[in-house]
Amino acid sequence: MMTLQQQNISDNNFESCIKCTICTVYCPVTAVNPDYPGPKQAGPDGERYRLKKPFFYDEALKYCLNCKRCEVSCPNNVKIGDIIQAARIKYSTHRPSLRDSMLADTDRMGSVATRMAPLVNFTLGLKPVKLIMDKVLKIDDRRTFPKYSPVRFETWYKKEAAQVQEEFSKKVSYFHGCYVNYNYPQLGKDLLTVLNALGYGVRLLEKEKCCGVAKISNRCIDQATRDAVFNLKYLRQAVDEDDEVLLTSSTCCFTIRDEYPHLLHLDNHDVRDHVMLATRFIYRLLDEGKAKIAFKEDYKKKVAYHVPCHMEKLGWTIYSTSLLKMIPGVEFINLDSHCCGIAGTYGFKKENYDYSQAIGEPLFRQILDSGCDFVACDCETCKWQIEMSTHVPVLNPISVLAEAIDIEKTRQLNA
Amino acid sequence: MKNARKTEYDVIIIGGGATGAGTARDCAMRGLKTILIERLDFTAGATGRNHGLLHSGARYAHTDPESAAECIKENMILRKIARHCIDDTGGLFVTLPEDSLEYQDAFVKDCLKSGIQADVIDPEMAVKMEPAVNKDIIGAVKVPDASVDPFRLTTANILAARINGADIITYHEVIGFEKDGDRIVGVKVRSQRTGEEDTIRGKVTVNAAGIWGHHIAELAGVKVNMYPAKGALLIFGHRVNNMVLNRCRKPGDADILVPGDTISIIGTTSTRIPFDEIDHMDVTPGEVDLLLREGVKLSPVLATTRILRAYAGVRPLVADDKDPTGRSISRGIVCLDHAKRDGVEGFITITGGKLMTYRLMAQEATDMVCRKLHVDRPCETAIVPLPGSEPTAEDEKRRANIIELSTEQKAAEERHGSWTGKIESRSDSDDALVCECEQVSVAEVNYAMDELHVHNLVNMRRRTRLGMGTCQGELCACRAAGLLERHDKCTRRSIDDLASFMQERWHGMYPVCWGETLCEVQFTSWLYQGVMGLDPEDSKDIDPSSF
Repeated sequence: MMTLQQQNISDNNFESCIKCTICTVYCPVTAVNPDYPGPKQAGPDGERYRLKKPFFYDEALKYCLNCKRCEVSCPNNVKIGDIIQAARIKYSTHRPSLRDSMLADTDRMGSVATRMAPLVNFTLGLKPVKLIMDKVLKIDDRRTFPKYSPVRFETWYKKEAAQVQEEFSKKVSYFHGCYVNYNYPQLGKDLLTVLNALGYGVRLLEKEKCCGVAKISNRCIDQATRDAVFNLKYLRQAVDEDDEVLLTSSTCCFTIRDEYPHLLHLDNHDVRDHVMLATRFIYRLLDEGKAKIAFKEDYKKKVAYHVPCHMEKLGWTIYSTSLLKMIPGVEFINLDSHCCGIAGTYGFKKENYDYSQAIGEPLFRQILDSGCDFVACDCETCKWQIEMSTHVPVLNPISVLAEAIDIEKTRQLNA
Repeated sequence: MKNARKTEYDVIIIGGGATGAGTARDCAMRGLKTILIERLDFTAGATGRNHGLLHSGARYAHTDPESAAECIKENMILRKIARHCIDDTGGLFVTLPEDSLEYQDAFVKDCLKSGIQADVIDPEMAVKMEPAVNKDIIGAVKVPDASVDPFRLTTANILAARINGADIITYHEVIGFEKDGDRIVGVKVRSQRTGEEDTIRGKVTVNAAGIWGHHIAELAGVKVNMYPAKGALLIFGHRVNNMVLNRCRKPGDADILVPGDTISIIGTTSTRIPFDEIDHMDVTPGEVDLLLREGVKLSPVLATTRILRAYAGVRPLVADDKDPTGRSISRGIVCLDHAKRDGVEGFITITGGKLMTYRLMAQEATDMVCRKLHVDRPCETAIVPLPGSEPTAEDEKRRANIIELSTEQKAAEERHGSWTGKIESRSDSDDALVCECEQVSVAEVNYAMDELHVHNLVNMRRRTRLGMGTCQGELCACRAAGLLERHDKCTRRSIDDLASFMQERWHGMYPVCWGETLCEVQFTSWLYQGVMGLDPEDSKDIDPSSF
């Protein structure tokens, strides 16, 4: 009798939900959008109905940000965010619009835009262009576009850095992602500065494509899967050669580690533990005494740290904040853990813009009230949102380190 | 109801199960002045405590061809008149390696003889059609089984009776009969709430009280030998299977798995029980064990699926009048004219049968009533759709854009069919959900209170599925109690009602209380007893001895 009952424990993750509703309390969307059913109803509750008949799928699930804060808050380890995204992928009868596929295809848009960066940046800033995009594509005209870089990070690396990096005896690989490549190569350069000073050379993967986060959330799943398979091939190769693959974007990192197996059903167990954020790698080096760091004496800044949602989900905030706190001249402010509202391409869409800004409002207010010199944050889309909404500059912790360390001294310490 | 008592009815129907409700509908449609009296709530007995299986009749084809033929005929009728109560899932009879394929051959022949379509299919094909079935099956036959919601079906019959002028009284127990010589001319009833007694006069009384009909007959001074046979079932947390699964063998324990609304049900067992247990049945550990052990053979995923609760119903087995020992059980429908049988005029007992044949039973009983009253009106219950299943232009219009609706609007549509339009949402707060697991909105709860004879939470559950989902009332019961309180304006009663509702939910969870269900129960008791301070002692309706 008892053995049968002990065996009879559900292995359906959604059935572990005991309806405590904590996830709904923590959902940033539920708080501002009454049309969204909330994670509990959209997730485990809705799943029962969808299993009855796919017809019960509710299109309001499109309002989910995929921030995964529901999963972080769940006391019973229900993969609420995954259940919702998987349902959108499986059951939605609406095909991704032209706009959605454009926003999702960061690689294609980036490679075109960087070629004509000054023109694209100028044009995307024009009022009439924004109005046309607003009316035709439903990309909100109040949204500021990230600037494209005239030179891609990959191009710069091959030309200026590749050779030098090979000279280091210790090496790590770097998955730079679309943002560093097309928009902000400086972050990649900053990583090289810091790691080189710590005695590590940085190599790029032989090839990489977009991690696919935008394609997943815009339900371009075939494309996302193709790109992910491609990336996994080169990640495996990099792990074989350099052991660790570092990233400077918490979202790309989270996508490769968790969304690939959970939503694209790709097996990544052999590389997952080797793919990590650069701040985690650096913190562990310092903590284990494998490297030493020296800071500039005159560096004095008031820094407010914002936790991106996917960083919260990774559980790695402590590495970034600990590194920032190591800098003697930093006055550190920990902002409340609160979604900024942009969620990648979500906040660009006209129908989401107002919700997006309403979600971020308490965060923006706290940043403005803090009197900080800048915000530190591991996610590029949070950066766009916070910079646009507060006009306070946002820096990746790696860029902060690059600015704060005494490069010469650090290099000598690790020689 | 007060002025109703002055009326002399043509027919009094005792029992608010499917048979009683169906008989009330039939009588009212034939123009008889009709009243239905129910001791508790509609569907409180065997009607609400079975598999919810719309039998094709295949299960009886081998053992009872007459019942099989009745089933397939009624199956086809119900699909037409009660479309909103039926989910056309189709059914499979599968042969497990431990059972014999010879039975399948005989089974198919018997089905065809009874007019039941039975297609032998490749076991691999069957696994594709229903991935939840045991992959080791050696044979499979497809039959027109489906699932039927007995709560919805009974409510629809009640509504039809009411539309045709019938009076409906719930929570009134029959305590005796008014007699004029050998003729029964009325029934004495007592209100369960106030204890007030009253007499309702009628020319003919129909005893449609299921197993409780044994006692009703005794009150009328006649003897109908019935034996209560308990059948236990388990409810799983979600739809494990989308087709009805039957084991292709001689009917035995736990050999049917039915997908019912959002859940799946495995059953049943069969045990004779004494009469004093019929109002308070506990599902025993032995029954749970049996249901699981056999159920897993049919569908191995049951072993790793959350179990919501266990429940049991009572089949009224009726002793065959032809057998003086009373030992042999009569199969099929039993319609007794006590004038002929016992010399008691104006009294009919309709029993035996099954949920599947409720309409036919109602028709036979109503035919007999009509003969007694010399009324010559044909039965139309097989042609006229039930309320909720009648096609209307407005209904078609609403359903055209159904895919864009929210989950709760779609769920309401499934529950109330063409009557869904009567659910009025007047404000945003009317769209808010009361029961999140089963997607019941405030508007639907209000509609049920106004239209569906809802006086307490148990009534509400049976009319809407409120509290039937994963959390078993944890989130919705207190919200619904609040809405009922606003409706009835009696706080004390609402608190007692809430306490007894939660006790009743616990009663069903207790036999399967491990794993997630244990967590859920713990959390629920913390909420209701710990946070809200609800006292289980407040539950008045439930006999504490049953726990």
